Amino acid sequence: MNIMMLLEMASAGMPDRIAFTNAENGESLSYSELFAAAGKAALEFQQSQCSRVAVIDISSLALPIALFGSGWAGVPYVPINYRLTAEEIDALLARVKPANLISDAERCASLGPQDGVTALVRDEFITLTRNAAEQAEPWPMDPEQTAVLLFTSGTTGTPKAAVLRHKHLVSYILGSVEFCSAAEDDASLVCVPPYHIAGIAAILSSVYSGRRLVQLPNFSAEAWLETARREKVSNAFVVPTMLARIVESLEGESSADLPHLKAISYGGGKMPLSVIERAMTLFPDTDFTNAYGLTETSSTIAVLTPEDHRNACASDADNVRRRLVSVGRALPGVTIEIRDDEGKPLGANQRGEIYVKGEQVSGEYEDRGSVIDNAGWFPTRDAGSIDEEGYLFLEGRADDVIVRGGENMSPGEIEDVLLEHEAVADVAVVGIPDEQWGEAVAAAVVLKSGKTATAAALQEWVKDRMRSSRVPQKMAFWDELPYNETGKLLRRIVKAELSADGD
Amino acid sequence: MAEIKVGARLKSNVCDSEVMVISCADSSAEITCGGAAMIDASADACGGDVDAAHAEGTTLGKRYVNAAGDLELLCVKAGAGSLAVNGEALVLKDAKPLPSSD
Repeated sequence: MNIMMLLEMASAGMPDRIAFTNAENGESLSYSELFAAAGKAALEFQQSQCSRVAVIDISSLALPIALFGSGWAGVPYVPINYRLTAEEIDALLARVKPANLISDAERCASLGPQDGVTALVRDEFITLTRNAAEQAEPWPMDPEQTAVLLFTSGTTGTPKAAVLRHKHLVSYILGSVEFCSAAEDDASLVCVPPYHIAGIAAILSSVYSGRRLVQLPNFSAEAWLETARREKVSNAFVVPTMLARIVESLEGESSADLPHLKAISYGGGKMPLSVIERAMTLFPDTDFTNAYGLTETSSTIAVLTPEDHRNACASDADNVRRRLVSVGRALPGVTIEIRDDEGKPLGANQRGEIYVKGEQVSGEYEDRGSVIDNAGWFPTRDAGSIDEEGYLFLEGRADDVIVRGGENMSPGEIEDVLLEHEAVADVAVVGIPDEQWGEAVAAAVVLKSGKTATAAALQEWVKDRMRSSRVPQKMAFWDELPYNETGKLLRRIVKAELSADGD
Repeated sequence: MAEIKVGARLKSNVCDSEVMVISCADSSAEITCGGAAMIDASADACGGDVDAAHAEGTTLGKRYVNAAGDLELLCVKAGAGSLAVNGEALVLKDAKPLPSSD
C-alpha cells in the first residue's frame, strides 16, 4: 500500500486529463505527466540519500510532484509553514536532516549551504522532473511506512510532528472518494496552505477522483472569485475566514455569478452562522458541505452534507435547524464517541471530549509514540456533543472548558446563544482568572455593522436563555476576533487580552 | 500462493489484472483471477490462458466483494480475467457517493 498507487491508477485510467493547474502562472500537468515527474523526483531523492523531503513554499506544481515522488522513493514528505520565522524553520529543519529541501530561489539562496540539507529551487525542480525519461525502481508497498510528517500548529511548546503512514492516507481516500468519479471538465479550486492536512488531502482526493485541481497560491477574495470564473471551477474548499471575506467582497450583490460552481466545502474552524447563511443566499445553486477533521486523523472524519444543509434551513424544529452549525455525521468506516473526564462514554446531547476510531486515524507523533488506546480510540482534545441522530457539534478544545466555582461549562454553548442575538456577528467566550470563582466567564463580541447592543442587553439575553452562571461577567466589544490563517480562533489571545485589561 | 493480508497487492497469473486487498477475514483464502491463483505483485507470473468461465474482466478502480462481505478487493489494474475466492465469483460492490470534502 502506497499513495503512489492512487496516482498510478489515475495515470492508467485518465492519462491525458489535466491533473493540476497553477492559477498564478497557468502551468499544468496531466496525470501521466505527473506520474512520470514523480518517478524522476523519486530517483533524485534516492540518489541524494536524504531521509526526508521538506517543502517550504507556497502552492505550485512542485507540491504534487514532491508528495508522490516522496511516496515513490519511500521517504517521508514534510511540508513546513513558510510563514514561520527563520529561527523556527532552522529548528524544524534540524529535526528532518538529512533532507532534500524544495523552496523558492530567494529562500534557497538565503539559507546558504547547510550540513545535511540539499536545497532544490522550486522552478528548477519542476523543470528537471518534467523533462526526464528515467524513473526510480518500483515503490515500496509496506503500508506501515511513513508517507507524511506534519508539524502541528502547537500553541505552546515545540511543534509535534504527526506521523501519517501510507495505510492512513490510502484508507482515507478509499473510504471517502470513488475512483474517477469527477466529470471531465470538473475543477476544484484549492487555496489552503500546503503544510495543512487539508492541502495534502486535496491533492490525494483530486488525483483519485480525476478532478483537476486549480492551485491559488495567494488567497484574496478578489483573486478567488476571478480564478473561479476564469477556470470555470466546479468545486472549492475554503476555511471559514476565507468564506467570510468572499461574502464580504460580494456586499451589495444579489448573487456571486459563478454558474459553474457546483459545490463548496468548508472546514478548519467554526463557521459563523451569519456567514454560512449569507453564503447560501449568494450561491443559491451551490451545494455546501462542512467537513471536520484533524491532522492526526488524515483529514475529514465527519461531514455535514448539502442535503443536511438544506434540511436544516427548511426546518421549523429547533433541533434540526441548529444542525446548520454542526459538522455532520461520521464518515463510513469512522466511529465517533463523546466521553467524560473519566473516559466513560456519554449519551446523546451530552458535552464531553470527542474520541475517534478508524483506519485513517493515526494518532501518532514522531519521538512520542501513539496516543491511541488499546481499543483503537484517539482522544482529539476537541470538546463536543452528538445529537440523537448522530450529528456532531463542536464546542471548542477540551482544554477551553471554563471551570467556575467547580461547575464545568463549555465556551461553545454560551457563544451559540450570543450568536443568536441579532446584533452579534462573532463572539469568543473564555474563562479569566477570578478571585471568588476561580474562573469567570468573559466574552469578546464583534457587532454586525450598523447594529448596536449594550453589554447589559447581551448579559440579559444570555440570562433569559441559560443558567445564570453562564452569563458573562465581563464583556468587551472588538472590531474583529483573532484567527490564524486557516480560520482557527486564537482563543489564548482572547483569553490573555480579556484577562489583562481592567474593568 | 500469496498470503492474503490487508494492503497487499496481488496480480493475476493469466491476465493484466492487479488488485489490492482492502479487507480479508481469512488469510489462507484462495483468490483467483481468470481461474488461476493470484500471486504477489512482485512475483513472476507463470502465464497461461484465462478460463472461459472466469473471463468477465476487471475494471480499474472498482471494488469486488464476496457474498459474506468479509473479503474486499480493489482493482488497481484492469484485465481480462474475473475474480473469485475459494471458487465463489466476486461481485461489484455498490458505491455510496459522498460529497467531496476537500
